[in-house]
Amino acid sequence: MAKETGIKSWKELDFGLTITDPGCAAELKTGDWRSMRPETDREKCTRCGQCYIFCPDMVYSKDSEGYYAQNYYWCKGCGICARECPVDAITMIEEVD
Amino acid sequence: MSKPIGIEVSIAVAEAVGLCDVDVVAAYPITPQTHIVEHLAELVADGHLDADFVPVESEHSAMSACIGSSAAGARTFTSTCSQGYALMSELCYIASALRLPIVMAVANRALSAPITILNDHADLMYARDTGWIQLIAEDGQEAVDMSVLAFRIGEDKRVSLPVQVNLDGFTMSHVIEPIAMPDQEEIKRFLPPFKPVLRLDPAKPVTFGPVVMSDVYTEARKAQDEALKATKPVIQELFDDFARQFGRQYKLVETYKTEDADTIIVAIGSIAQTGMTAVDTMRAKGKKVGIARIRVFRPFPGAELFEAIKGAKNLVLLDRVTSFAGGEISGPVALEIKSVLFDNKRFPTVGNFLVGLGGRDVTGQNFEEMVERVASAKNGDLPAYEFINVRE
Repeated sequence: MAKETGIKSWKELDFGLTITDPGCAAELKTGDWRSMRPETDREKCTRCGQCYIFCPDMVYSKDSEGYYAQNYYWCKGCGICARECPVDAITMIEEVD
Repeated sequence: MSKPIGIEVSIAVAEAVGLCDVDVVAAYPITPQTHIVEHLAELVADGHLDADFVPVESEHSAMSACIGSSAAGARTFTSTCSQGYALMSELCYIASALRLPIVMAVANRALSAPITILNDHADLMYARDTGWIQLIAEDGQEAVDMSVLAFRIGEDKRVSLPVQVNLDGFTMSHVIEPIAMPDQEEIKRFLPPFKPVLRLDPAKPVTFGPVVMSDVYTEARKAQDEALKATKPVIQELFDDFARQFGRQYKLVETYKTEDADTIIVAIGSIAQTGMTAVDTMRAKGKKVGIARIRVFRPFPGAELFEAIKGAKNLVLLDRVTSFAGGEISGPVALEIKSVLFDNKRFPTVGNFLVGLGGRDVTGQNFEEMVERVASAKNGDLPAYEFINVRE
């Protein structure tokens, strides 16, 4: 079974609906829930970090140039970042496949 | 081995739970379970039992507290019935899914409305899909023995599931019976200390009962189903173990004069005693009648039950609950048995009777009427179920 999504066979589940591996939610791929993807126009972006602050998951992290880059492994496509961006630098793009 | 003494069954159950050195009792009083928890509270208050008695404010809280204490690794007991069971029921599903070997005595009582405190099996049947093991006692001695066995079975690592001990309210719970109480040393030999598979421990943190999505729920249910399926041979093995130490042998399905019987009655709980007397009366009149009693309702002992009833031409199946299914299918006990018969391609004449509802007595005469009703059915033509002993 695909390890990256945290999916296991019934035989591999921990005993009695327990989780014995703390923090394993980070392995759970929530990016496949998404129908829209946020993309940042770096011409408009002021690197204010509002997207990082408002993101309810762990999608945004600061890169070496100070921009906030998306990790789509977790992005559910909620669009909060695009809504909150003070300079409208983030656009929600439809996922086609 | 100790001699039988005259003791109220509820008090005997509480004493047995005390002898099992229970760590936590969280319970809310409800008739007719009250004497069980009252006596346990007394044992703790008087210093005879080193346990925490948690006087919770409802049955919902009782089961919540039990889940917490069992998850922390404490041997845990509660008791309830009827409306109390209904209130705690949402937690009962969680106790089994988390594989917590809580033991609960249920002094079976009918459900409202109309409100009554008297006995039938509405609560027992209400609980049948919760994933608990359900043991059913027929008399006081069995209620005591099943209580001790419940801890041993539930805490066995091959099982690790909660266990209900069902005893009929009032007709058993409030009756003084001769019961051989096991002594502390015997119990210690039979019941090792509780060592949970996993427990809440700050030194080794685990999460119990996280949320899942559709990608895990089916697997979780499959795992739980397999867990319950695996318990049946273990239960019989531990019954046999119990017999070696205490001299009383129990089976998943008990039979009385079924070997050569044309007609077999199937019942659960204490009315099987009246049933055995009725069988003797009918045998004296030359009728080949026997009775089978289901001791373990979950996991359902389908193979053992089939073995017991396969020779019968007529079956008299008793349900002590109204299941309100619309009239075209039988009551829950009969449904299970019909399913077993169908899977084994056996089609005897089957009568399903709703009896003993809300404390109404089931007499020997009633048993004879039901047997006669099935024996005289033309072309095996009987309704899905019938009320017996109801005023028209």
